[in-house]
Amino acid sequence: MAKIDVSVETRDQPSPPPSHPNTCPSCHSHYRDDELEQSLWVCSQCGHHFPMRARARIASLADPGSFAEEALELHSEDPLHFFDLRPYTERLAEAEMKTGLADAMVIGRAAIEARQCELAVMDFAFMGGSMGSVVGEKLSRACDSAAEAGLPLVAVTSSGGARMQEGILALMQLPKTVAAVEDLRDAGQALLCVMAHPTTGGVLASFATLGDVLLAEPNALMSFAGPRVVQEITREKLPDDFGRAEQNLRYGHIDAIVPRPELRPTLGRLLRLFDAPE
Amino acid sequence: MPQSEHELRLRDRLGRLKKLPLLGGTQLSGELERLQRQIDRIGDEATDEEIWRKVELARHDQRPYTLDYVERLLDDWFELHGDRALGDDGALIAGLGKLDGRTIVLVGQQKGRDIHERASRRFGMPNPEGYRKAMAAMELAERHGFPVVSLVDTPGAYPGVIAEQHGQGAAIARSQATMARLGVPIVTCVIGEGGSGGAIAIALADRVLMQENAIYSVISPEGCAAILWRDAGQAKKAAAAFRPDATRSLELGVIDDIVAEPEGGAHLDHDQAARLLGEALQESLAELDGVSADDLRRRRRARFRSLGVFA
Repeated sequence: MAKIDVSVETRDQPSPPPSHPNTCPSCHSHYRDDELEQSLWVCSQCGHHFPMRARARIASLADPGSFAEEALELHSEDPLHFFDLRPYTERLAEAEMKTGLADAMVIGRAAIEARQCELAVMDFAFMGGSMGSVVGEKLSRACDSAAEAGLPLVAVTSSGGARMQEGILALMQLPKTVAAVEDLRDAGQALLCVMAHPTTGGVLASFATLGDVLLAEPNALMSFAGPRVVQEITREKLPDDFGRAEQNLRYGHIDAIVPRPELRPTLGRLLRLFDAPE
Repeated sequence: MPQSEHELRLRDRLGRLKKLPLLGGTQLSGELERLQRQIDRIGDEATDEEIWRKVELARHDQRPYTLDYVERLLDDWFELHGDRALGDDGALIAGLGKLDGRTIVLVGQQKGRDIHERASRRFGMPNPEGYRKAMAAMELAERHGFPVVSLVDTPGAYPGVIAEQHGQGAAIARSQATMARLGVPIVTCVIGEGGSGGAIAIALADRVLMQENAIYSVISPEGCAAILWRDAGQAKKAAAAFRPDATRSLELGVIDDIVAEPEGGAHLDHDQAARLLGEALQESLAELDGVSADDLRRRRRARFRSLGVFA
């Protein structure tokens, strides 16, 4: 049940969004798991895009049975022996248990509408999709794999930014992925980027915005600094669509906003366009 | 042990260099000296207090800023203004000058000395216009074969509404991409705060140096504390956890050398700090002399692509 919003009268914070993951935060419609799966985690009432897990994303894009995962053995280390309120190693283990993934990115060879490509998909459920050494290395290997096979790379991003627990090495994943993308470019292959909610910080400021074609999902937050940081530091009034895909489209930073059900045919068309003539 | 791996690699390189008959002259013996210096430095681990002291020194309001070094190191300085699209950003400066008789392009963030200059230069936090100005200047360097020197001193890229509307994330990405493509030598030195994406935007270089009391980090200690400890007051703890000091960066292979500062910190003697920085920049540029554009690009990308620790 949604609470009545009394924030205007009481000047309190607005009521918190409903917490159940299957309840739409925008129109409060509630779905069963199988209903959401059927609709690709898009609210059939209002079109809100729920977060989509990496495996589900791959299943929704790749031709059935075509995905062959690569570099799945890569695991994060703890170079700084980082300890905040909890050790980094514990956070990693917990994320691995929760998601069934080794880190926040899955890469591999796939076919989309019968066109071969390399696929790199991020998963926000793994520590906020944060980019540490493993994500950087996987993106870097995906670039090489695409270059060697002479295939385009499709990257689907969803990330809060660099992984603080890896300190300066996390920051170094920005130039690392940029250098890898430049090598892919020199090999003459295309990079197609799909930015899902949210794509912020270090991922936005590296490979995600370097694609030959930049797509975003509706209402995806795509800002370098998060709205709260901007608000706190500048005290500026934020526009309603601050950093959202729609604003980015209006200001000329992306090519198109593609609702999730249209993503597969859109990528299929782009892959055909970038395909070298036989 | 990941901690000593870099040291082992350095010792290995040092051992091999020492075996070579010393006919290589100054360039080779310079490298020997540099490696020995690095190993000596790695020996002593900074304490939490020392790390926080470095954070304070890196932000000291009397610390020399980019233009203080320009004034002392470059002849015939000519500042370039504007991004050729929609503005000129005072938080990031670019220009041409002669370093020891040779024309270079210099880019760097610039903080302000007094309250008005601080505001107009946004405390050294660039907008996308700043990064686009840097890109234009680096492309000019490429066209004319000038080496690029970048001086990093920023708390981070400016987190503003207009900065986002003008494409802050993409500007930082493209500036790095521009550097990954340059066929001229690039030397970077972190001279104060190397804050996150706003710093790395101009730091994808062939040689990355850091001054002794500079810091280089993925997020500010306050930002990290606010997120992980939910309390910005825990900044000291955060800094101790992610260790933004030069020694740790050197150990992890993030930087190639540490540039000494005058006793007590660069703020105590700007002239001496500039002399030491100037020598280090020239030493690095000399090492890159005569390397072909293709080799520069290839090695620069390989250098950054090798960074990271995983199993």
